Amino acid sequence: MSKSILLSSAFHAIIIILTIVTIPFVAKKPLDLPPLISVELIQISEKTNIPFAPKAKKIIEKIKEEEKKLVSEQAPPKKVKKIKPEAIPMPDQKVEKIKQLDDKQNPEVEDTKVKQVSEFEKKEIFDPTNIAALIDKSKENLAETDIKSDKITQSQDKSLNNVGLTLSEEDALKAQIFGCWSIPLGLPYNENLMVRIKLKLKPDGTITDSEILDHARMNKPGQNFYKVLAESALRAIQLCQPLRVPSTGYERWKDLQLNFDAREMLEG
Amino acid sequence: MRKILLFILFFLFNVSKAYSLIEVDITRGNLNPLPIAVSPLFSDSDTKQELDNETNIIKLGEKISEVVENNLRRTGLFNPLEKNAFLQNPDVAHLKPRFEDWKLIKAQALITGQVKFVDEKLRVEFRLWDVLAAKELMALAFTTVPENWRRVGHIISDKIYERLTGEKGYFDTRIIYVAEQGPKTKRIKKLAIMDQDSFNTKYLTLGNELVLTPRFNPTNQMVTYLSYFKNLPRVYLLDIETGIQEVVGDFPGMTFAPRFSPDGKKIIMSFAKDGNSDIYTMNLENRIVNRITNHPSIDTSPSYSPDGKFITFNSDRSGFQQIYVMKSDGTNVKRISFGKGLYGTPVWSPRGDLIAFTKLHKGKFYIGVMRTDGSGERLLTENYYQEAPSWSPNGRVLIFYRETKSNSEGKGFSAKLWSIDLTGYNERQVPTETDGSDPSWSSLLSN
Repeated sequence: MSKSILLSSAFHAIIIILTIVTIPFVAKKPLDLPPLISVELIQISEKTNIPFAPKAKKIIEKIKEEEKKLVSEQAPPKKVKKIKPEAIPMPDQKVEKIKQLDDKQNPEVEDTKVKQVSEFEKKEIFDPTNIAALIDKSKENLAETDIKSDKITQSQDKSLNNVGLTLSEEDALKAQIFGCWSIPLGLPYNENLMVRIKLKLKPDGTITDSEILDHARMNKPGQNFYKVLAESALRAIQLCQPLRVPSTGYERWKDLQLNFDAREMLEG
Repeated sequence: MRKILLFILFFLFNVSKAYSLIEVDITRGNLNPLPIAVSPLFSDSDTKQELDNETNIIKLGEKISEVVENNLRRTGLFNPLEKNAFLQNPDVAHLKPRFEDWKLIKAQALITGQVKFVDEKLRVEFRLWDVLAAKELMALAFTTVPENWRRVGHIISDKIYERLTGEKGYFDTRIIYVAEQGPKTKRIKKLAIMDQDSFNTKYLTLGNELVLTPRFNPTNQMVTYLSYFKNLPRVYLLDIETGIQEVVGDFPGMTFAPRFSPDGKKIIMSFAKDGNSDIYTMNLENRIVNRITNHPSIDTSPSYSPDGKFITFNSDRSGFQQIYVMKSDGTNVKRISFGKGLYGTPVWSPRGDLIAFTKLHKGKFYIGVMRTDGSGERLLTENYYQEAPSWSPNGRVLIFYRETKSNSEGKGFSAKLWSIDLTGYNERQVPTETDGSDPSWSSLLSN
């Protein structure tokens, strides 16, 4: 009995203490809030134009688009394509460099083509015993490009080299190949028959080399469908060339991979 | 150690370069027929004379190339080019084509060939060239008796079709059908057989008895069909090679559409027993009959899957006639058609991926296909009355028959054979000497 009286009085005491502690807060006067001040947010980068990579790239792309718009307003697109490479310097310095060197040694155009191909091949061949020389060369190349090109075009080129084709460029290429590719209708729609073809292109879009990446599969028994699809894809490429490639940024697309997949069409 | 580190660095550099390769996905193309040049098969002057004297067939090489050309054109997948546009002579082209000349006329593939007459036998050789890749794709030669020249043309067509499309051809095949003559109320029906290109028609029965639903054995040149003898349905077996015919059995009540199993050892059909139509199989070796379905509804038109594990059939067990699939022992019955209208005559594709059917909806008949689970229903053609689709052996084309409406005087009625491919665009009438119905496509003869 006495225990329960003690417990009850203890609880009551706690409740009384809590009420005494909390009441002053409740009775506290409201805060004097300062009046609202509107704040305008401004993109500092737009004003200061700090050339750090991602934003600089956006600005360059904007400038390029404006340039394109101006050109398209002045002249029809077909003519522009032909004139543009002569009027505006190609953004890929490496090609220019080779051409210039060739001009000094041999003025014939065919020679530049050969050198271009050999330059490509050099990159493909890897000699592990001669790594130091390769590194040295890369350093030399970097140094040369630093000296030779003016700052704006260099950054433009680098940013372009790091991205793929723009949507419109890709669409133009796709539309061209769609027209050339006669899909073999006998192929099954429920098999994975994607054919990947790596192309080496000239600046004008003609194909110097085409390679089926899963070539070994073509000669395997029971891969007739794959073989037929691969052959049809090669025919499409041959029929389409020169490919509708962008007039600039050769370094970006000189190597191109086309993935032919007819499932969507065959499935209906 | 330094070299190894440098190697790793170089490797990483190369990997990063590989990732930067631009990839473009080409997921669409055109469905235009492939332009193909079929150069006439040439023969030297000696062969020409010998062929003229021995076989009375003039310009045999040209005739064989015509067979090939027509076969390829009918597929809808190839566009044989006009011969007048060819710049190179057939004999020179056969040795080494000038690909530039063929490119000029937009040919993407080229067929050349030669016919020789050696030891009273015909030797036909042909080459298939890829014009754009400037290479030979295939070269074959056949030796046969001169009377077989049309078949040689069909076999060449099959080889070319397979090389360019990846799937087997269907040209060296035959079609059996019911040839019909006379007014609608008094039709004479005979069993007839012809090459798939409508040549070499032969009549296998005299027309005294009504014949229905002939079906080829998928493994050989045997045919099963239904005929009425003294008003009783009988299932017959007919060997086309020998002409020998035998009765499989008399069955009670209405009997429908006997069809072979994929191994050719059984016949599956439906007949009415005790007023209930169900599906039965008969073993052709011991003639034992097995009941497959046992349901108070009407189950008809059974057809095996190519692996023999499943059977598709139509049944009105849901209240309306729909398509069902079950295991070959009759268990695990599943309805697969759920569209509006009535579905019938389901036939499993030889490729195993599709089921062809006839659909009746709002007074019109459709021939369509659906996947074996009932999904992806596609109606290929629509008409006043058409039914009984039968697959080509490669599962690409369907042959069926179509009837025209007779006028108020009862005239104008006709029944013709038609074919359509899976795209639904290549629809053609298959010419027959008389009216025709209930066609069935054979397997490849040269298998």
